[in-house]
Amino acid sequence: MGQIEWAMWANEQALASGLILITGGIVATAGRFTQWYFGAYSIAAGVLICLLEYPRGKRKKGSTMERCGQKYLTTVVKLFGPLTRNYYVRAVLHFLLSVPAGFLLATILGTVCLVIASVIYLLAAIRGEQWTPIEPKPKERPQVGGTIKQPPTNPPPRPPAEVRKKPSVEEEEAATAGGPQVNPIPVTDEVV
Amino acid sequence: MTVCWILNESMSTVVVLSWLAVNFYLFIDTFCWYAEEEAFFYTRVILGSTLAWARASAVCLNFNCMLILLPVSRNFISLVRGTSMCCRGPWGRHLDKNLKFHKLVAYGIAVNAVIHIVAHLFNMERYHLGQAKDAEGLLAALSKLGNAPNESYLNPVRTSSTSTTTELLMTISGITGLVISLALILIMTSSTEFIRRTSYELFWYAHHIFIFFFISLAIHGGGRIVRGQTPESLRLHNVTFCREHYAEWEAAALCPVPQFSGKEPSAWKWVLGPVVLYACERIIRSWRFQQEVVITKVVSHPSAVLELHMKKRDFKMAPGQYIFIQCPSISPLEWHPFTLTSAPQEDFFSVHIRASGDWTEALLKAFGAEGQAPRELCNMPRLAVDGPFGGSLTDVFHYPVSVCIATGIGVTPFASLLKSMWYKCCESQSLPELSKMYFYWICRDAGAFEWFADLLLSLETRMSEQGKADLLSYHLFLTGWDENQAIHIALHWDESLDVITGLKQKTFYGRPNWNDEFKQIAYNHPSSSIGVFFCGPKAMSKTLQKMCRLYSSADPRGVHFYYNKENF
Repeated sequence: MGQIEWAMWANEQALASGLILITGGIVATAGRFTQWYFGAYSIAAGVLICLLEYPRGKRKKGSTMERCGQKYLTTVVKLFGPLTRNYYVRAVLHFLLSVPAGFLLATILGTVCLVIASVIYLLAAIRGEQWTPIEPKPKERPQVGGTIKQPPTNPPPRPPAEVRKKPSVEEEEAATAGGPQVNPIPVTDEVV
Repeated sequence: MTVCWILNESMSTVVVLSWLAVNFYLFIDTFCWYAEEEAFFYTRVILGSTLAWARASAVCLNFNCMLILLPVSRNFISLVRGTSMCCRGPWGRHLDKNLKFHKLVAYGIAVNAVIHIVAHLFNMERYHLGQAKDAEGLLAALSKLGNAPNESYLNPVRTSSTSTTTELLMTISGITGLVISLALILIMTSSTEFIRRTSYELFWYAHHIFIFFFISLAIHGGGRIVRGQTPESLRLHNVTFCREHYAEWEAAALCPVPQFSGKEPSAWKWVLGPVVLYACERIIRSWRFQQEVVITKVVSHPSAVLELHMKKRDFKMAPGQYIFIQCPSISPLEWHPFTLTSAPQEDFFSVHIRASGDWTEALLKAFGAEGQAPRELCNMPRLAVDGPFGGSLTDVFHYPVSVCIATGIGVTPFASLLKSMWYKCCESQSLPELSKMYFYWICRDAGAFEWFADLLLSLETRMSEQGKADLLSYHLFLTGWDENQAIHIALHWDESLDVITGLKQKTFYGRPNWNDEFKQIAYNHPSSSIGVFFCGPKAMSKTLQKMCRLYSSADPRGVHFYYNKENF
């Protein structure tokens, strides 16, 4: 069991708890149970938890399957920085969110599930795991001609090898000046 | 043959539809009963329609909890396959869809659990309201029943001062209900595909919470909270008349006080059989674990593949079957499935194991496959083997023409089949109907071909010796190579033996063009039934199915491709 990333399971459990809280909340509010306002709270808490937990964090080793459409929420969750990155914060947050829902029967299952998720997150935090957003890979556009910095220094038509072997210093300077091409020997354009 | 195939392919649909039909029947029948039965008239006064919803979903839950353990009792399934006449041959393969069925039943349990819990939430609330100070009329009268000494109660909630949560936690049904729901949720969150892929051990160990699930389920009905009027009371107390005169119940002789009793718990009757069966299954597995497995040969192949030759007493197999292997020194509770790669005619059985996860990597390391010095056979870790399971591939021999396609390590069931063919050829037995077999093997790197290179080589020579060179036509495809390999291949392009495999048949590069292949096969065998067998990723399975449909002719006497959908 050495390689288990507990945060992955905590994430699934927390997402499930969020959904259970929403369901229990809807039942209590729609049925106008006694103290149904806890149900209304539980719907709100459930939605918050689902939004927070929907983007899956990146695994330390190997590839991570993204949830469908999670990149939009990833950008939002990333904004909170250490509050969402750190799993101790998440453990405490889930525990606090679960307490009010424990007062109503309809949402008590959600409470217990969320407390379990909080405990697993605590375990993950103790083992040093943290939430890393899954970044979309930047599209690498092939840089056409990126390595070509300067035009070729000795393009054809080239003089024969004997002349090329000993270029004079001035010719070299002129050739590498970057200015217009200076031919080592005069070239005449014979138009017939 | 065709009729068999049609029935075969639609069997899963038939099973799913029957399961759905039974669920709907149980739900609707129970619902109507509780909604109309006179004995529950007074209960319905307090609870309304949610009584029927809760009870109907409870019966469906009983049914599904009974079914859920059956698909995972693999030794039982093997027994059924072996002994039952109707399960021989092609029909036996359907018992292999066990895991899919297990998941389907689990979803059924989840849906019914949600209905059951929501309905009971309403019930608890209504029972609680029945005892409220401002409750009046028949509702109040019914809730007060049970306060006097010779009355039996109807409303399980006796006071209005406690909250519904406290009331719930004071009953057996409430506590066990909470435990059951929790167990179900934990099992489901640890069984998602992501968790199974990334951490199989977590999935496997968390799944054992089912023990708490079943124990709590058996005692869940013990509170006898769902109460209906007793038959004796119904005879004396006419509900239709007396419900208007609830103020005079104690006084009048016409309407004696109604008596109620709780329903007997029935969940244990549904699940006892499968629980005992599954307990036997685990006992069998641990007995198999005790049986001695002798490792006779260990071969370490490139691309992180380990080949193990083993012997076990009374082990009989057919090509295409798989076994479960356990290695106690790595993990005492995990059994992992591997397809057998040896032929039934050999005196040992073998598997090829590719490293693709924690357990397999640990196994390869334990057997010295990772570059360490080779170990002595007597120092090898102990293994336990369960099986063989699964349908056999012998269908391949029943078609006049068969096409077998495999990718990567998916070649293992076909390796077993080809070896079996080799032996049959050696013994000069004629294969029943098979006159031509096409074998396609697609690999991502050249090292993979080495796993079975000697098999293919010996098959090639044997076939030509026996004069049956036309029986098997195989095509190997390499889909990944680097610069150096490409240069090497190009340099040796014109040699008679293939540079990668050493076989006469040259390797092809890149993926096969299935349109061309199927066209060619259809052209070569214009009026035959052609069986297509595949082991590999789902995407390619879909492509091949499409090809089969495309190139089967509309003429019943023309060529027909029958795609055999399987997870080997």
